Amino acid sequence: MSAVSPTSLDAALAALTADTVVLAGGTDLMVEFRTGRTRAENVVDIWRVDELRGIAAEGDGLRLGALTTCAELVRDPLVRERAAILAEAADEVGAEQIKNRATLGGNLGTASPAADLNPVLVALDARVELVSTQGKRELEADAFLRGYRETARRPDELIGAVLIPPPRKRRSAFRKVGTRRAQAISKVVVAATVELEGGVVRSVRAAAGSVAPRTVRLRGLEALVGQQPSADAIAAAVRAVDVTPIDDVRSTAAYRELVLRRVLVTMLGRLCAADE
Amino acid sequence: MTRVVGTRLRRPEGPDKVTGRAMYVADDVPVGCWWGKAIRSPVAHGELLGFELDPAFDFSQVVLVRAADIPGVNVVDLIVDDQPILASDAIEHWGQPLLLVAAADQATLDAAVRAIDVRVRESEPLLDMEAAEVVFKEIVIDKGDVDAALASAPHVLRRTYHTDSQEQMYIEPQGAIAWPEAADGTVLVRGSLQCPYYVQRALARALDIEPARARVVQAATGGGFGGKEEYPSVVACHAALLARAAGQPVAVIYDRHEDLAVTPKRHPARVRHATGYDDDGRLLAMDVDVLLDGGAFTTLSPVVLSRAAIHAAGAYRCDAVRIRGRVVKTNHVPYGAFRGFGAPQVCFAVERQMDAIARERDLHPATLRKRNALRLGDTTATSGRLEESVGSEEVLAKILERTGFEDHPWCQPRPAAGRKRRGAGFSFFFHGAGFTGAGEVHLKAKVDVRLAADGRCEVHSASTEFGQGTVTMFTAIAAEALETGPDDVLVVEPDTGAVPDSGPTVASRTCMVVGGCLARACRELRARIDAHGGQGAEGSFRERARAFLAAGGDGRVEVTYASPPGLVWDDERYEGDAYPAYGWAADYVEVEVDLDTFEVSMERFVSAVDVGKAIQPQLVEGQIEGGSLQALGFAHIEVVGTKDGRFLQDRMATCIIPTTLDAPPMEVLLVEEPFSHGPYGAKGVGELPMDGGAPAVASAIEDALGISIDRVPATPERLAAAWLAAHPEEAL
Amino acid sequence: MSEHEFEVNGVRRTVSADPLRRLLDVLREDLALTGTKEGCGEGECGACTVMIDGEAVNSCLVPVCQVQGARVTTVEGAGLESVQEAFLEEGGAQCGICTPGLIVMTRAWLDTCEREGRVPDEAEARRALAGNLCRCTGYGKVIASALAAAAEGGER
Ligand SMILES: Cc1cc2nc3c(=O)[nH]c(=O)nc-3n(C[C@H](O)[C@H](O)[C@H](O)COP(=O)(O)OP(=O)(O)OC[C@H]3O[C@@H](n4cnc5c(N)ncnc54)[C@H](O)[C@@H]3O)c2cc1C
Ligand code: FES
Ligand code: FES
Repeated sequence: MSAVSPTSLDAALAALTADTVVLAGGTDLMVEFRTGRTRAENVVDIWRVDELRGIAAEGDGLRLGALTTCAELVRDPLVRERAAILAEAADEVGAEQIKNRATLGGNLGTASPAADLNPVLVALDARVELVSTQGKRELEADAFLRGYRETARRPDELIGAVLIPPPRKRRSAFRKVGTRRAQAISKVVVAATVELEGGVVRSVRAAAGSVAPRTVRLRGLEALVGQQPSADAIAAAVRAVDVTPIDDVRSTAAYRELVLRRVLVTMLGRLCAADE
Repeated sequence: MTRVVGTRLRRPEGPDKVTGRAMYVADDVPVGCWWGKAIRSPVAHGELLGFELDPAFDFSQVVLVRAADIPGVNVVDLIVDDQPILASDAIEHWGQPLLLVAAADQATLDAAVRAIDVRVRESEPLLDMEAAEVVFKEIVIDKGDVDAALASAPHVLRRTYHTDSQEQMYIEPQGAIAWPEAADGTVLVRGSLQCPYYVQRALARALDIEPARARVVQAATGGGFGGKEEYPSVVACHAALLARAAGQPVAVIYDRHEDLAVTPKRHPARVRHATGYDDDGRLLAMDVDVLLDGGAFTTLSPVVLSRAAIHAAGAYRCDAVRIRGRVVKTNHVPYGAFRGFGAPQVCFAVERQMDAIARERDLHPATLRKRNALRLGDTTATSGRLEESVGSEEVLAKILERTGFEDHPWCQPRPAAGRKRRGAGFSFFFHGAGFTGAGEVHLKAKVDVRLAADGRCEVHSASTEFGQGTVTMFTAIAAEALETGPDDVLVVEPDTGAVPDSGPTVASRTCMVVGGCLARACRELRARIDAHGGQGAEGSFRERARAFLAAGGDGRVEVTYASPPGLVWDDERYEGDAYPAYGWAADYVEVEVDLDTFEVSMERFVSAVDVGKAIQPQLVEGQIEGGSLQALGFAHIEVVGTKDGRFLQDRMATCIIPTTLDAPPMEVLLVEEPFSHGPYGAKGVGELPMDGGAPAVASAIEDALGISIDRVPATPERLAAAWLAAHPEEAL
Repeated sequence: MSEHEFEVNGVRRTVSADPLRRLLDVLREDLALTGTKEGCGEGECGACTVMIDGEAVNSCLVPVCQVQGARVTTVEGAGLESVQEAFLEEGGAQCGICTPGLIVMTRAWLDTCEREGRVPDEAEARRALAGNLCRCTGYGKVIASALAAAAEGGER
């Protein structure tokens, strides 16, 4: 076991090597060290890199430091106003003790298919800012979350921040279906945003977790754009969603697929209801 | 009028618990203690060929114990001698202990474990209990002519029910520390356990020493629920064998993963019912077939089956009853004791059957229960007559009045409201207190009380505290019987070197049986003190007690349990008074089911329970609430699956139990129908609340969704499948 | 091995340990503070709950390198008396293994309520304590204890 705990971003970036393990709140990694999934070698602990903290307005959008914890997302008024479903999702992560440590960057970094924040980031069209000694680059959350526990991060990069675009007139919704009411890993998790104009869908962005090897953007739903969101149109779009869930120790493929579709129908129906 | 019984005492051990001073086994590891671990079978069935030791590791730093090194008998002492402490050739289940290792520190131990390779020849495991051939135990109960009654009944309903396994999930995993033989020849084991004398017998046989030389002390114990009834004998034997080999104290403390993977859980069950009844739903014949998966070894399965069989016809009156129960051998990790002990499985089945009959006859389930409930003077399935302390009518009346369930249109079509459906359900049940049949007669439980030099009364018993409140309850009983305050009573720690064998702390027997002995002992002691100083003599209890001692009085009273007179039990025919008394209860549950996800939310829970007498109402409520939540978890979210003989949910992250947010607000309605042979009228309450929750939840879900629930846990996955079967138009 | 300096229950401590050693082990083994319990070792049960700078965390998930310079409060610490008293009175502790974690979590919750001006009620208590598994009580008396502690004005 070895670890260093730099206190500045430069020092942290300088410490990164090809096989570094970046440690943030540790709620994933400390478990992985124990089960042997990840070796506790060459660890760079970034918990005290304050430059990676902080929630700030950026234009009408948001800039969220990678070390922002779920607890901070839940309590922050700006987040509640501009990215309500992110606060909502963060509130459903683990329980209080976990929320106090679990970070946004860590959720992205693990890239678990069951992660709760990641579908929200995709649905919000969030961008991930990566930093290295070479500079910065930005990726769409969807592009960053490349595969099963696999991201587009290079070993010399840290996740620096998450950028949330302005909410405009988007309506949004989040639904987590866990094994129980708290401290639960998702069997199915869905986030969606919809923008309507004159009774017609202007944009739809939805993503789901635990129904594929990675957080998936539900592109099938995007066929709704330009249509009037009638019950039939929604049902057809939901039918067109393509996912590949599996049976595992928490649930079954059949359940996940069924529930995803039922939740989507209800969720989109509400988001598109005229009176809102 | 009682003075202490029925009031609210604070737990004497409470201050230590809330400040973190209470010493659980892992909190008190002696200096120089080694760490031990079992190397386990990687297959569910096969033959052990040997071990390969990596030459790169220096094995001189560790000790190894093989089956051949066991000085005594290589069996875990319990009912049948079929479970080896360490396998020597045949492997019967995944995770079976094969070899023991200990090292001076954890890192060396881990390294040693990695350096040992187990060689086995694998064979096909038998994992389907229906296909099992070896029967650990079969029980048949016969009352009246069932075949004739079924043939002539106007209606007969045949159905099959299933209950899956369940994990006890005490929050403190198993653990024990053993010391090598001391100069005086004693071997000391301190552990997290329910039954010190079980462990003592197991150690004595394994080490080939006199039982008195195996001293077993209970550490503070972080929950048991039956899970620390038989398994601590395994842990203790492992630790003691390693301590003997190492010449050092050795701690064997499981982490959660090991605990979940290898310790016994609730027996999975399949229960078939054929019930004959008349137009009014009166029961005419009950034919019940119970099958339990015992896993690889006998453990406590025969006793679990016994309780399952006796409770299989439910708390109902019926003149023709046949119950056939079998527990069979498979290559699963052995199943064992868990609160309820076979009753929750059969209670689920019979209560669902009653609901099914209600639906068939278009009767309200509450009406059907009232019509058939056992009452004073009735005979049970084993033909025992209920002579006293039968709270059946009162619990029914109380819960129905409180919940208004009789006015609830159960399973009647109701207008759907949004994506949520609400439902209410109900169950009625009983649970025998104490050991079955002649168990207590054979056991001859003992308690003794002694005046200490300071005049306080010390209570010596082997009854353990693991949350249920033994210490508080005994304090109350002793203080009451001595006619003094709780401060004059000291319940000593269970230590086989100092306390008599009061029997195991199981079977809802501690209060009724051991507490009863305690009350008698204290009354006798009190009488002696009074006789010495004269009744109403001056001074505090302690002063009078000291004066009594100073005058040469004998301040020690030992009492042996005597069963209530008139109890008759025929163990061959399974006939007679199965238990001296029963606890009676009814549960009511309201649920809300999400039609998109089939998640079931527990909205309200009410339980009416006849406990005879609540010695400490706050403790009784705690027991009922805690047991009931375990039952609600069993009903819908606690999943224990297996694959190739391994438990799938072998981490706390996957083996889930309810959190605060999964628990409904709970209301307990206490009924007190005193039992003349229990202390102050008390009967047992430990297990009863585990029995009724699952069928009540199933009943409520059935009410909400209109689909029948014949299996628990009724997981969202199962509900979704059942819903789709009933509503094919909603399929994808 | 490296040196880690932090405060535990008001006392400055310097511990020489592997930086990734769990705070739980440092407390229990190096500092002999065994009131903090281990129920799972993977963040699920909350038996190992302690406060770091006033925030409740699972000490089985925190490496000691992350408490450098921090204030750690365990069940052995001061300021928990009113909560402990409430758990005793309301029967919130049965087997007691989950209790230290619950006591610390309740304190952290009441402090948060006070800081954020929220009224501690049953729904809030259930949410706050959802990460502390208890298998004995069914939670009724745990919640009653937490609310009784809140009614004490939550003062320390
Ligand atoms: C009991 C429990 C309950 C949980 N419940 C939930 C839940 O409900 N929903 C949910 O989504 N998750 C849950 N999790 C998982 C976990 O809490 C989240 O994934 C959390 O967001 C991880 O954040 P962290 O800071 O703790 O990550 P860490 O464990 O520190 O790191 C996780 C990964 O991200 C990488 N990483 C972290 N930060 C950066 C960075 N800035 N730059 C580059 N790489 C980085 C790390 O290298 C590592 O690979 C739970 C975990 C536990 C133990
Ligand atoms: S031991 Fe840390 S949460 Fe269970
Ligand atoms: S009191 Fe036993 S687990 Fe909570």
